[in-house]
Amino acid sequence: MLNPTQAPEAGPVSAAAEAPLPGGSEITKARSLGQDAWRELRSNPIFWVSAVLLVLFLLMAAVPSLFTSTDPGHADLRNHYLGKPEWGHFFQPDWFGYNGQGQSVYARTIYGARASVIIGFCVTLGVTLVGGVIGMFAGYFGGLLDTLLSRLTDIFFGIPLLLGGMVLLQAFTHRTIWTVVLALATFGWMPLARVMRGAVITQKQADFVTAARALGAGTTRILLRHILPNTLAPVIVVATIALGGFVSTEATLSYLGIGLQSTVSWGVDISDAQNVLRDAPHVLLVPASFLSLTVLSFILLGDAVRDAFDPKLR
Amino acid sequence: MAETEKDDKAVDVTKATEAAAAPHGITEVTTVDAATEDEAVAALDAEVGSGEPILQVRNLVKHFPLTQGILFKKQVGAVKAVDGISFDLYQGETLGIVGESGCGKSTVAKLLMTLESATAGEVFYKGQDITKLSGRALRAVRRNIQMVFQDPYTSLNPRMTVGDIIGEPYEIHPEAAPKGDRRRKVQELLDVVGLNPEYLNRYPHQFSGGQRQRIGIARGLALNPEIIICDEPVSALDVSVQAQVINLMEKLQDEFNLSYIFIAHDLSIVRHISDRVGVMYLGKMAEIGTDAEIYDHPTHPYTQALLSAVPVPDPEAREGRERIILTGDVPSPANPPSGCRFRTRCWKAEDKCAKEVPLLAIPERFAGTDSLAAHESACHFAEEKDVVHA
Ligand SMILES: Nc1ncnc2c1ncn2[C@@H]1O[C@H](COP(=O)(O)OP(=O)(O)O)[C@@H](O)[C@H]1O
Ligand code: SF4
Ligand SMILES: [Mg+2]
Repeated sequence: MLNPTQAPEAGPVSAAAEAPLPGGSEITKARSLGQDAWRELRSNPIFWVSAVLLVLFLLMAAVPSLFTSTDPGHADLRNHYLGKPEWGHFFQPDWFGYNGQGQSVYARTIYGARASVIIGFCVTLGVTLVGGVIGMFAGYFGGLLDTLLSRLTDIFFGIPLLLGGMVLLQAFTHRTIWTVVLALATFGWMPLARVMRGAVITQKQADFVTAARALGAGTTRILLRHILPNTLAPVIVVATIALGGFVSTEATLSYLGIGLQSTVSWGVDISDAQNVLRDAPHVLLVPASFLSLTVLSFILLGDAVRDAFDPKLR
Repeated sequence: MAETEKDDKAVDVTKATEAAAAPHGITEVTTVDAATEDEAVAALDAEVGSGEPILQVRNLVKHFPLTQGILFKKQVGAVKAVDGISFDLYQGETLGIVGESGCGKSTVAKLLMTLESATAGEVFYKGQDITKLSGRALRAVRRNIQMVFQDPYTSLNPRMTVGDIIGEPYEIHPEAAPKGDRRRKVQELLDVVGLNPEYLNRYPHQFSGGQRQRIGIARGLALNPEIIICDEPVSALDVSVQAQVINLMEKLQDEFNLSYIFIAHDLSIVRHISDRVGVMYLGKMAEIGTDAEIYDHPTHPYTQALLSAVPVPDPEAREGRERIILTGDVPSPANPPSGCRFRTRCWKAEDKCAKEVPLLAIPERFAGTDSLAAHESACHFAEEKDVVHA
């Protein structure tokens, strides 16, 4: 039973004694949730593996000349399929052999990263913005707007990303990286809208939002200051995992011949290599392995980040 | 333990004499008709004398519609969370509101904070119905009525530092403190609630439950409000910390001249802090009176049952005492019993209870007497039953 008369007088001293703060003597040391998540991430080997791989891929995309001095477009028909991989020739043009035009598979794979990375990041940025805004409005305002936006999301969910992308890209005779970005973003925003809507609905009911409303905070403040910062973790996780999916869909579209044209890209190279799979499997397997590793790295990174942000797993 | 009991009694007596001065029953509402917004704000910021009614709740109703269908929602019923409640809050007092979980206490709190819109009824704050205010007048109400939440783990934004949390009221109401002053004010508030002012840059998850609740209280105090509505402020805390937080709240009440509405699901928690207590059951007020009236002379069977369940430390008193065990579940507020809402669990229920809704009034048999049983009770057969000291 509660017995306040016997309890010690509440004061700074007893308050401090109530539970010593972690962090010791340094009183002003602040640790945000993000910093805690980072501490968690640092001790996760999967995070490091995926992070190192992703940094490598990003470097390949940004400055391919760091990795090779060979021109990926340079064709020497003397090497036509004959140049088998020389697994010992690290970083040499013939490391992974040559393709049908006698181009260095190694150089093409390095240069092919750029298209995948640009498309992956731009589509993810686009779907996060579009899906995020749609999900935020649906979740926050609810009612008829939510009903309409949720049904719209459902309808788009019914269209497979690949199919939608194919149909839209058919309409373009000249396809660049940006056409592919547009096509993938048009049919790829729904998971982000869903996760954002769910997160906003959860946060909207949180007591700290009610507290802000009780103080007289307006919609903008509540959304930007209270709700959005608390939805970022799940959105970032879903976006990271989706990024991997966009990279592989881009490759699939290029493979099918309706993605990128006349660009050095993993998908285009895999597509070109399919006819010679039996004679020269390396021409297909090398870009395909890089593609899988990139996709896998993003998915693993997303998983690791999710675990780090989930306080229940701590 | 026995000694503290005595202490408690001593406190009760002083409270009873104080409260006896307060008029019984529902006071007259003197409405203020403000022609302009300026007048309304001025009236809302005016002082109210100690012991005068500051908040007058009249027939407050909140029904949450139950809907069916996805695209075309149609109403199929309503959760009658609050169903016609009237009470007064006097300046400087603490009114406890007690009732089982789900009886509508939090909904009352949200209605008083105008966080939910009332289905019907009025809430007069200094003579103006706050359920109908908007614009600057509503902002003035928000400055003057603040809330402390039940769960200290969800009531603080985990992405904001303590300084930002306690300083946010000043950002929303910039007129309350000039920009340069805010940091100092926040530090003062931290000090007032017994936290180290240097904790400014820390995040809520670095604090214990009791410390978080202190942060929530500091935020509630920032705008220098007159009324603080505390929705089960200690229910989520360890028993050892509950008393510290309650002591702090009492200290702050004296220091800042606050009026409290203190919600709890347990009569023993509000006893220490409240001057008057209202007992709620299924969206209605069952009984309301001073501490002494409710704890020592309850006349409503529901209050008596609740009190009989309060643990008694004295073994002798425990022996002679009859424990009233309520059978059955609380009925759904979507489909409450006819007549008296308590009748499905009341051992005294008769036909009349199913037919007539008992009004919250001083029972006839006690009216005019100076017995402590002469306080408002919503029961056709209100009578005393000494459950506590038998
Ligand atoms: N937003 C809401 N929508 C529908 N029903 C609600 C809502 N809020 C509360 N209720 C219902 O109203 C009743 C009273 O709830 P509440 O005021 O939270 O009770 P208490 O705080 O006393 O536990 C409950 O039956 C609850 O389910
Ligand atoms: S009115 Fe009837 S049912 Fe209700 S509390 Fe009184 S005796 Fe019990
Ligand atoms: Mg509640």
